[in-house]
Amino acid sequence: MSTALKDRSMLLQKEMIASHFARLERAPENKEPVVYTFVPGNLVELIRSFGALPVLPEINALQSGMRKQSGDYIAEAERVGHSEDVCAYVKSDIGMLRSGNIGPAGTKIPKPDLLLLSYTGCYTFMKWFELLREEYDCPAVFFHVPYQGDGVLEPEHREYMLRQLREQVIPALEKATGRAYDEEALRERLTLAAEAEDHLVAVLQSAKHRPSPIDGYFGTVYYVGPLFSAFRGTPEGVEYYRTLREEVEERLAAGLGPVTPEGQLNDQKYRLVVEGPPSWTHFREFWKMFADEGAVVVASTYTKVGGTYDFGFRHNPNDPLGTLADYCSGCYTNLNLPSRIDMLVRYIREYEADGFLINSVKSCNSFSAGQLMILREVEKRTGIPGAFVESDLVDPRYFSSANIKNRLESYFQMIQARRVGGLA
Amino acid sequence: MSKRAEIVEWARDLYEDLDFTSVRRWLDVHPGRKACGYLPVYAPREVIHAAGMLPVGIHGGGDRLEIIRGDAFYQSYICHLPRSVIELAQSGRLSMLSAVLFPSTCDVIRNLSGIWKLLYPDVYVRYIDVPQVPDPEAAADFWVGELRRLLGDLSAISGHHPSDDEIRSSIALYNDVRGVIRQLYALRQQRPWDVPTEELYLLMRAGEVIPPEEFIVRARAYLGAVEAEPKRPRDNSRVVVTGAFCEQPPLGLIKSIERAGCYVVDDDFLLGNRFVTGVVGLEGDPLRSLAESFLHNEQRTSVMYEGDASGKRQLMRRRVKDAGADGIIFAAPSFCDPALLDQPMLRAGAEQAGIPCIAFKYAENSGQFQQFREQAGTFSDSIKLWGGGTAA
Repeated sequence: MSTALKDRSMLLQKEMIASHFARLERAPENKEPVVYTFVPGNLVELIRSFGALPVLPEINALQSGMRKQSGDYIAEAERVGHSEDVCAYVKSDIGMLRSGNIGPAGTKIPKPDLLLLSYTGCYTFMKWFELLREEYDCPAVFFHVPYQGDGVLEPEHREYMLRQLREQVIPALEKATGRAYDEEALRERLTLAAEAEDHLVAVLQSAKHRPSPIDGYFGTVYYVGPLFSAFRGTPEGVEYYRTLREEVEERLAAGLGPVTPEGQLNDQKYRLVVEGPPSWTHFREFWKMFADEGAVVVASTYTKVGGTYDFGFRHNPNDPLGTLADYCSGCYTNLNLPSRIDMLVRYIREYEADGFLINSVKSCNSFSAGQLMILREVEKRTGIPGAFVESDLVDPRYFSSANIKNRLESYFQMIQARRVGGLA
Repeated sequence: MSKRAEIVEWARDLYEDLDFTSVRRWLDVHPGRKACGYLPVYAPREVIHAAGMLPVGIHGGGDRLEIIRGDAFYQSYICHLPRSVIELAQSGRLSMLSAVLFPSTCDVIRNLSGIWKLLYPDVYVRYIDVPQVPDPEAAADFWVGELRRLLGDLSAISGHHPSDDEIRSSIALYNDVRGVIRQLYALRQQRPWDVPTEELYLLMRAGEVIPPEEFIVRARAYLGAVEAEPKRPRDNSRVVVTGAFCEQPPLGLIKSIERAGCYVVDDDFLLGNRFVTGVVGLEGDPLRSLAESFLHNEQRTSVMYEGDASGKRQLMRRRVKDAGADGIIFAAPSFCDPALLDQPMLRAGAEQAGIPCIAFKYAENSGQFQQFREQAGTFSDSIKLWGGGTAA
């Protein structure tokens, strides 16, 4: 029964994505404007309120990784001068563009009418859209989200963002779409967003139970997909999350675990918290390494790059622009290292994890720079030893299966030994 | 020893001193005063100075520091600068700093601010988030607010709360610093044989650890010594070196480029000392003047958003033309996001204009220079044989 229910949400998501990409392909002939933006700090409700369709290049890149296409795209980008040292998402995207711009659904991705650069916690975003502007020769608007260097959103930083929204972002969207700003339409979108966010949080927090009915990392990157990309603030998004929540609650009631590449994981030997993005090129293989050992991830930080809803944030239709500023500011990559550590420690305690793992990806300095410090601090504060593995987002050259498998096996043995020794 | 040699040796001693003895000495002779470090690229030194503190540039350990502790903080695919900065700190060499500023250069330096907060809770740490937006009013208001907060925080540490006139004095002083740097760069551009980049670089590095007043005196003395001791020109090619604005190249690399037959006539080494290209006004609210000079700035760099859609394509053409250069050497640190992500755009613009280019990567601790010398030498020869890009 649970498998059939899970299939329902997966099927829904598949249909939503296919429909979105089909609509994108027809956007030029249907005169629907297209706005590119990034996942962290995406203003998708605002974009949608102008009748525009969002494109999220990171999503395209990770999908290219999962479909084993990113290696060729990266090679194409490197052939035209992009360094092997830089973000593989960028190179996958540039390579896809130069290879005909056929997206993950097999449909053509239209050129942007506007690049909405929401500068939220990732320096590379700035260069990425400068590069895309060169390729597409299209307008771009920059939305500067101040970094939370001191761990808080200062009131004047919020005001600065509001001013940019009013004076830069909205006029740019008006120009690109030919439509006037409609605050009522935005409020409606934000209401739908908040409803979907409630459902997502219920799903995320279900992992506090034993057995956990979800995998908070490998499974949850699918769960957050619609909300972190094109479907926040849409009726389809709400429907998806309502369905997903029902499925998870049914699994919870039946005492069942999540479905993994190795089947349903009911016998959960290890509960882990994970920091860092997954390796998309070897996603199933990576997940299987956990499932084979009976390890379930109960919480992760990567699934908060598009919003930290489980700490209480909801889009607020009563403060439409203010809530967008709050949202952008609170995305995981916009938080300083001490805040990230606090989050990990809290997850470990609240979700009663007996281990935590950092998957450090070569591509992303926003995540990776400082992760060894995070490892040390989390170990110190929780008394739980962490594991550290290295791979990449979508560059298949940087995934060493044997090495990662060995490390994980040793790590699980160590947790087991600590239990036997009475330390756990 | 000639006057020029004397100044260069003084600068070299400061460059090689990884214990920051000059900073410690300054603190000894100024009891109660404090020092504030900053990382690349841009930090508002005027504000540090106005608060009564000594601004100290932290540019890593170069090829003179063995990394023992720093590597434990960073994976192999992260640039070298932060690990040598950590090494300097963990070995106690930065213990004299009461505050450290981390500019918004890239995610590595940004996240290093968080590491610093955790490692050194007693040191004031601030991430310097410069305004990136094209709207000058919103950007100015934001940046004035940031500067005011920084000044307030540093003043609380130093115990010196400057008046507006004192802030203006600091601004005027740094106008003079940038003025003399502009003179040095202009002279090198005109007569690169008289101002070897090795010497200019050492002088700039010295300026990162000494009081600005002293730097101005030394820099002017160097300018005088150059006029007094002219050198003979050689048949070298004229090149722009770009991409080295954050992690600094080892001195040996700069020397290798020059010895391979290239006159460096423009570069972005230590760019923060001339990041603001204009003269900051001394009227009205001094912090607003400083903010507006940052916003109405002609400096174009990888660490700032380029609002002009054609800006990246035009940038290297303009720099080559302004410098009367023949070609470009893209010299970027390994794993440097700002330099390496920019490079395809900059290089495409240059090559479309017919400007010869070469590219290589380095680390601050690179120890072998033969390959750089061969590349630069071949590049210089090819320019002489086939022509450069000055006419572009």
